[in-house]
Order: sequence, then structure tokens, then C-alpha cells
Amino acid sequence: MRNSFFTYIARNNTMALLGLAALVIIVLAGLLGPHLYPYDPLAIDLDHIKSPPSLEHPCGTDSTGRDILSRILFGARISLFISITAAFGAMLIGLLFGLLAGYFSGPIDTGLSMVTDIALAFPSLLLAIGITVIFPPGITTVVIALSLVGWASFARLVRGLTLSYKESLFVEASRAIGCPTGRILFRHILPNCVSTILVALSLKMGTFILAESALSFLGLGVQPPIPTWGSMVGLNRMYIHSAPWMVFFPGLAIAVSTLAFNLLGDALRDYFDPHVNV
Amino acid sequence: MIRHVIKRLLLAIPTLLGVTFITFLLIKSVPGDPALSLVGERANPETIAAIRQELGVDQPTIVQYAGYLRLILKGELGRSYYTNRIVADDIREKFPNTFRLAMAAMFFASTIGIGLGVIMGVTRSSIWDRIGSIIAMAGVSLPVFWIGLLLMFFFSFVLRLLPPSGMGDGNLLYLILPASTLGINSAAYIARITRSSILDVISQPFLVTAAAKGLSRARVIFKHALRNAMIPIITLIGLDFGSYLNGAVLTETIFGWDGIGLYALDGIIKRDYPVVMGTVLVGAAVFVLINIAVDICYVFLNPQIRIRTTGREPG
Repeated sequence: MRNSFFTYIARNNTMALLGLAALVIIVLAGLLGPHLYPYDPLAIDLDHIKSPPSLEHPCGTDSTGRDILSRILFGARISLFISITAAFGAMLIGLLFGLLAGYFSGPIDTGLSMVTDIALAFPSLLLAIGITVIFPPGITTVVIALSLVGWASFARLVRGLTLSYKESLFVEASRAIGCPTGRILFRHILPNCVSTILVALSLKMGTFILAESALSFLGLGVQPPIPTWGSMVGLNRMYIHSAPWMVFFPGLAIAVSTLAFNLLGDALRDYFDPHVNV
Repeated sequence: MIRHVIKRLLLAIPTLLGVTFITFLLIKSVPGDPALSLVGERANPETIAAIRQELGVDQPTIVQYAGYLRLILKGELGRSYYTNRIVADDIREKFPNTFRLAMAAMFFASTIGIGLGVIMGVTRSSIWDRIGSIIAMAGVSLPVFWIGLLLMFFFSFVLRLLPPSGMGDGNLLYLILPASTLGINSAAYIARITRSSILDVISQPFLVTAAAKGLSRARVIFKHALRNAMIPIITLIGLDFGSYLNGAVLTETIFGWDGIGLYALDGIIKRDYPVVMGTVLVGAAVFVLINIAVDICYVFLNPQIRIRTTGREPG
């Protein structure tokens, strides 16, 4: 039995270990932080407007005296929830398209692949902007927009894998003993794609943290007063020269979370890649 | 090879149709009269009537789509709700600014990216390679709008070296911050791909020969290794150029750069749908066309594909 992923990164990949640790901290901070941390993310305190970072307010306060750290902690929930849900949504759509396109050749493949190519041809942020600008803003709209933007790369990935597994001996054997197609797809081919999908999923979550924050930055994400990392940067950017901490800390949270997902995705790829492990 | 080029161009047609179909569906999803959502209520009645006629508002969806396509082919992307100006004219006016920014960003990204990638590749597994990998990984993960604001804070407000925003009538100093911001993610990607493609060629016999016959290390690396590692790098640079349209919305917003990104943002804030959809449509079309151009260049650059495709041609 080979080492578990955790043992693998603990031994070989310090950066990924740091990434994993950062992610655990961010998730815990998002879940527990708002309960433990004394400040309310929405509480306005006009006596402490734009205070620089101090012991009392570790990340400073914003233009209406709201504590930045408490807003970052709350924003973690939104960013993580949206990026994780949307990544799973994109994966499910992509999985279905990819399995069907790869397994059935002919018109089904041509049709599905064409839809995939068109979706891939769209610059992702522009498409997400087009969707979010029309539908009422909120968590659901952002999740749907990102899923619709991100599924195509999964579809292409899974189609490729399915194409290669479809000709393999174990699939031929299950076909020979009369396995129904659904069972072949989901019980025989799908489990073999899991490792590759996991890698893509982790990288996609990183991309979606960036995309969600970009939409919020443009005012198309979850609406104020609910704090999100992107909108904190967007709404406070006019204070960049007088109160840079208002922009610095929320952006740092975005960068660290994205980096953590990317490091983890890269480490997963190395872990699953037999060439590296030999 | 010509056959390959033609085939690639033909394949672009369904893609472009699909792109227009998506923007069509989005416009149709705006509640209310689609003709009004294209030109706004302040347009004069004749324009509204003409658009409504062209769109065939009470016709089945597919007929409406045909009407929408006809409008696009005429270059009619609608009118701005607020200024009542023709969206296509506005985009035509602002596009060169975005193009200039994107060219500068590409120059920045290629120089930094290839430089960093070569250093990482030739010093494989050394401390430089490790530091470079961390920088490249961080560069991929940075939010464009955040790094732009930090660069602005540092270089304009702290050091007072560069102008914080605006276009400065073509003064190149104004281009430095927006171009570096727009190019930073791309530079990191280019560094990573350069490193891996240098590693692919570095152990090949022709490089051993080049070193053995006494060529200088710089000559071996730049003349022999890098040249052969160039194909994937150039492909990535080309593909990234298309994605600058994504980043342009964010970068232009921060630096007040008067291109189509800032134009789109203005439309977003005012919910000026024709402006947003026009930019999305033009952006997507440009993206598709650039990808095709890159694909075709790729054939010219890579002799293996050239031989394979010409080999397949009869006669």
C-alpha cells in the first residue's frame, strides 16, 4: 500500500503542506471566527473610522468604522461556499457531458463536443459578467454563473479519459458479461477518472475564488452590506492611499486561499502521477 | 497546410454562432421587450420600431435569433440607454486603447516570464529554481485588481515614480503600471511553461554536442535550448493574449484606462445592457479569432505538424 496523500506531502512537499494548513485555518476561521471574534462585521463605529491596524483591530477598520478582520472572517464563508459549490456544480455538468461524449461516438459526441468548444471559446469572466448582470445578484446567481463558465474544462478532461478507458479490457469485459451502459459509465469508468478530477477540482476552486472576488469587485457578486473579499477591495479602493489596509488584508485573503488551492492541486497531481512516485 | 488553415477557419463558424446564440439568450433573459432592452426607452420611436421589426419580437425564438444575427452582421449592437450612442461606434473607438494595453502587457509578460523560466530551467532543483517556482505559483494566484492597487499604492503614492491613473496622451509612463498588472498572471504561467519546456530539451543530445564543441553557456541556452523550447511558449503567449480581455475589465477599472474594459464596467454599473452585451460579444469574438490565429501560427511554427498535414494532402 502506498503512502497516504497526507504522508506524501508531509515528506516531500513542504509548500503543499503549508497550503493545506492555510486552507484548514481559513475554513476554521470562516466557520468559527464569526462566533469567537468579538466584533460584528456590520457594526458601524463612527468613533473609529479608518483606524490603522492595532491590537484592538488587527486589520484596521474601514470608512464607517467596521472591523476589517471580522468582515474578512465572514467573507471567508461566502468565498469558500461559492467557490466550492460552483466547482462541484461545474464538475457534475462536465462529468455528464464528458462521459456521454467520450463513451458514445458519432453524433452524440460531435454535438456535445461542439457545445463544449463553444463554452470554452468564451472568455470566462466576460461570460460570468454577462450572466450576473442580468439575473438578480446574490449567492445563487454567482454559483450558477461560475458553474456555467467552468464546466467545459471538466467535460473536455473527462471525455479524453473516457475515450481511452472505453477501449480497455476491463470495460470490454463488463460489456461482454452484459453490464448496462449506465453501470459501465458510473461504476467502471468514473472511478478511474476520480484522481484526475480531484486535481482539476482543487485547481478550479482556486480559479473560482479569484473569479468570485472579481465579480464582487465589479459589484456583480453578493451585494452589500454582506461582506465579501472582492467587494471589500472594490468598495475601498478609493482609500488606497489614505488607508491601504482596507484593501490590503481582504486581497491577501483572496491571494492566500487561491494559492492554497493551487498548491494542493499541484501536489495532488504529483501524488497521483505514477511517474513522479516511482 | 492550406487545407488545415481553411478547416480551422470553417470550424470557427459554429463557434462564433454559438457565441452569438449565448449573448442572444442573455439579452432575451432581460425582463421586458427585447427591442427595448437593445436600444433603451430613450431611443426614438423609429429606431425602436426598426429594431422590433428586425428582431421579430412576436416571432418564434429561432426567427428572433436570425434577426439578431442580421443586426450583428450590420454592425448594430444596440444603443446605450444613457448616452443613446451607437454601441458599435463606442467599441470601435475604445478598442485600440485596450489593444495597446494588451500589447504592452504581452511584452511585459513574455520578457519577465521567459527570463524567469529560463533561470529556473537551467538551475533546475537549485535554490533559484525553488524561489522562482514559489514566485510563479504566487503570480498565478494573485487577484489582478488587488495587485494593481498595491502597485499603484507603492509606485505612485509611496515612491511617487509613476502616474496612478489615466492614459497621459500616449506617454509611456502611464502604460507601465496597467501593463504590468494585466500581464502578471500571464508572466507567471509563461515562466512555468518555459521552465518545463527548457527541461524537456535540456538533456537532448544536440545540446550536449553544442556544449561539447565549446560554445558558451549563454549561446547554448539561448541559441539552442530556448529556440527549441519556444513552440509551447509562443502558443501560451498567444492564448493568454486573448484572455487579457478578461483582465482588461479589472485593470482598466483600476487605472482609469479608457478602453473597452472601462466601458463595460460603466455599462455594468448603470445596468446598460446593450453596452455590456456588446462588449461581451465583441470580446468573445476577438477571443475566438485570436485563438484561431494562434492555432494557424502554430502550424507554421511546428515543422512536425506541417509535415503531417502536408503529408496527408493528396498530390
